[in-house]
Amino acid sequence: MKVRAQIGMVLNLDKCIGCHTCSVTCKNVWTSRRGVEYAWFNNVETKPGIGYPKDWENQDKWKGGWQRDASGKLTPKQGGKWRILANLFANPNLPSIDDYYEPFTFDYGHLQKSPETKTMPTAQPVSVITGKKMDKIVGGPNWEEILGGEFEHRSKDYNFENVQKDIYGQFENTFMMYLPRLCEHCLNPACVASCPSGAIYKREEDGIVLIDQDKCRGWRMCVSGCPYKKIYFNWESGKSEKCTFCYPRIENGEPTVCSETCVGRIRYLGVLLYDADKIEEAAATKDDKDLYQAQLDMFLNPNDPEVIKAALAEGIPQSWLDGAKNSPVYKMAMEWKVAFPLHPEYRTLPMVWYIPPLSPIQNAASTGDIGMNGIIPDVKSLRIPVTYLANLLTAGNEEPVTLGLERMLAMRAFMRGRHVEGDADTKILESVGLNVQMVEDMYRYMAIANYEDRYVIPTSHREYVEDTFDLRSCGFSFGNGCSGGNSDSNLFEKPKRKNLFGGAHVHGK
Amino acid sequence: MIDFIHSFLFGIYPYIALVSLFLGTLIRYDREQYSWQASSSQILSDKGLAIGNIFFHLGIIFIFMGHFVGLLTPHALYEHFIKAEQKQMLAIVAGGIAGVFGFIGLSILLSRRLGNARIRATSSPLDILILFLLWLQMMLGLITIPFSLSHHDATQMLNLSQWAQHILTFRSGAADFIKDADWIFKCHLFLGLTILLLFPFTRLVHMLSIPAKYLPRPLQIVRSRQARR
Repeated sequence: MKVRAQIGMVLNLDKCIGCHTCSVTCKNVWTSRRGVEYAWFNNVETKPGIGYPKDWENQDKWKGGWQRDASGKLTPKQGGKWRILANLFANPNLPSIDDYYEPFTFDYGHLQKSPETKTMPTAQPVSVITGKKMDKIVGGPNWEEILGGEFEHRSKDYNFENVQKDIYGQFENTFMMYLPRLCEHCLNPACVASCPSGAIYKREEDGIVLIDQDKCRGWRMCVSGCPYKKIYFNWESGKSEKCTFCYPRIENGEPTVCSETCVGRIRYLGVLLYDADKIEEAAATKDDKDLYQAQLDMFLNPNDPEVIKAALAEGIPQSWLDGAKNSPVYKMAMEWKVAFPLHPEYRTLPMVWYIPPLSPIQNAASTGDIGMNGIIPDVKSLRIPVTYLANLLTAGNEEPVTLGLERMLAMRAFMRGRHVEGDADTKILESVGLNVQMVEDMYRYMAIANYEDRYVIPTSHREYVEDTFDLRSCGFSFGNGCSGGNSDSNLFEKPKRKNLFGGAHVHGK
Repeated sequence: MIDFIHSFLFGIYPYIALVSLFLGTLIRYDREQYSWQASSSQILSDKGLAIGNIFFHLGIIFIFMGHFVGLLTPHALYEHFIKAEQKQMLAIVAGGIAGVFGFIGLSILLSRRLGNARIRATSSPLDILILFLLWLQMMLGLITIPFSLSHHDATQMLNLSQWAQHILTFRSGAADFIKDADWIFKCHLFLGLTILLLFPFTRLVHMLSIPAKYLPRPLQIVRSRQARR
């Protein structure tokens, strides 16, 4: 057993209102620069839909994630090492910028400078890449917002597999949910495995996956390797960039920007202990549907004395073990089993998990005949088909998702009984394997969701960490922080033009 | 005057170019890691990239190695295995085929760089210049073929490699070997040296970062922040 710790995240989709605050604050902090203006380290998609970049879940097309061969060996789906090197000159699996969207701004100056005209002057869109006016904006980071676009197009959503989807195109049967997405900081990251330069790495202490900007040579294999399409190629710097899990904040014990600013309080951050010796075996589980359970089996109980002993022997600080005991992520994923990984079938063992959303009863209005399972409504009668959620979260295995939804419904029924009817029925709880203590905890974490319950982040231990000053590092700077030089001109290639978004590269100053 | 220009261009200029190449590359590698990359523009436009880029790279890698071996292998080393005339013929045929591939690739890449609005707008002047120089150099290289064919005895080839070997071993009189070389060879040499001179300032540096270490390394990389003790 090799114990490692990671800060994991859970997003409670039941409470996501799709306000995009996470995306906007993330963008302001991390990607308000030229070259990555099209990149959203955090984005929110309306589901069902093909998402951003377009059709990202279609791995037959993009070849992201891992492939298990008959002997049980895993190779990146885009190919082994030789294949990846052979693709350096032209990567056949690379999304083009049009698969994201052509970044644009607007010609606001025209509104002020326009001569007097009969009609109102308009601000035409301008491409940030070419600086030229665009006839029409044909895509954006959230082009399907609130079910925008025809159902025929949106229904290409991969998660409709095995769902009779046609009825969901009808107005009265339609359903919708939000899916905020960020880097999964996987235990078995396909991006790391695909990087020819060895620039991408996972941090041992907190599991954050980062790209060493000095080592990246821009071979762009990580972009196709990541099945979540959460690595973005900066077309100005020629290097890949990704979500950093706001590591400077995490090291300080603060939540990521997307979590901190989430108005719906849907995000949770906490420590998970796992057995690093089991990564390969778990990721190579034969049946896709068993991958969720295989990942659960990797997680270690932070209250188990054996685990604590092994963790201390590995040098995991006591504060992290205490954090693991109070981790909301552990409670949701392991104790209550209401949180699930996103697309475990990619075999990357993702570490950003999701609580599936409840939805209104589908057929209540039309028939008055609500499917009931005892006192709580039958999960099968919810508007969002369970198969759809299972395709999203458990590789199509409906059982765990059904149980998760039932537990949430039971929690609601129980607490409504206690607060409204003054008569809480513990029978509901027994039917879904809960007890009063558990459901009170669930209520506290999921419904009340206090700040200190949502974010249990032990600080990093600076005293054990090498001093970056000794590494000739220049601290947090963009690009060539060390480069020095006093003149604005530079012999070597530099960003070519000023940043239309106002956030110029800073070097040396 | 002509003599002076000749001995400057082929006796002194090579050293200027080589100093720029080595010193510039070192400084850039040491201080400007963030600027060290292949500068791929594939994400902006896929069109024509695959065929152009693959043709160009395969062609140029072959030609580069051919020049390296051809120019720098001392005559004494290979004369027992292959006659100079045969070596010249080999260079003409193999280099010619690779050259045609490379030239087609470069032409596609150049037209893409100049003709595609997105690529054009995001190119630095140096990006365009170096691509154009490579294209020109490839064309000059191909034009040397008929000139080489007229020298059956391969003396020109031997003189050229003598020149290169004298330059690299710091022997005087290197420029004299190619005094009577055809003008096309001189142009090709001068442009080649200029490309070496410009090398550290351009995207060409990515050729020094062939990711060979990828093959032996384990797929996953975990870094610890713990101080190395």
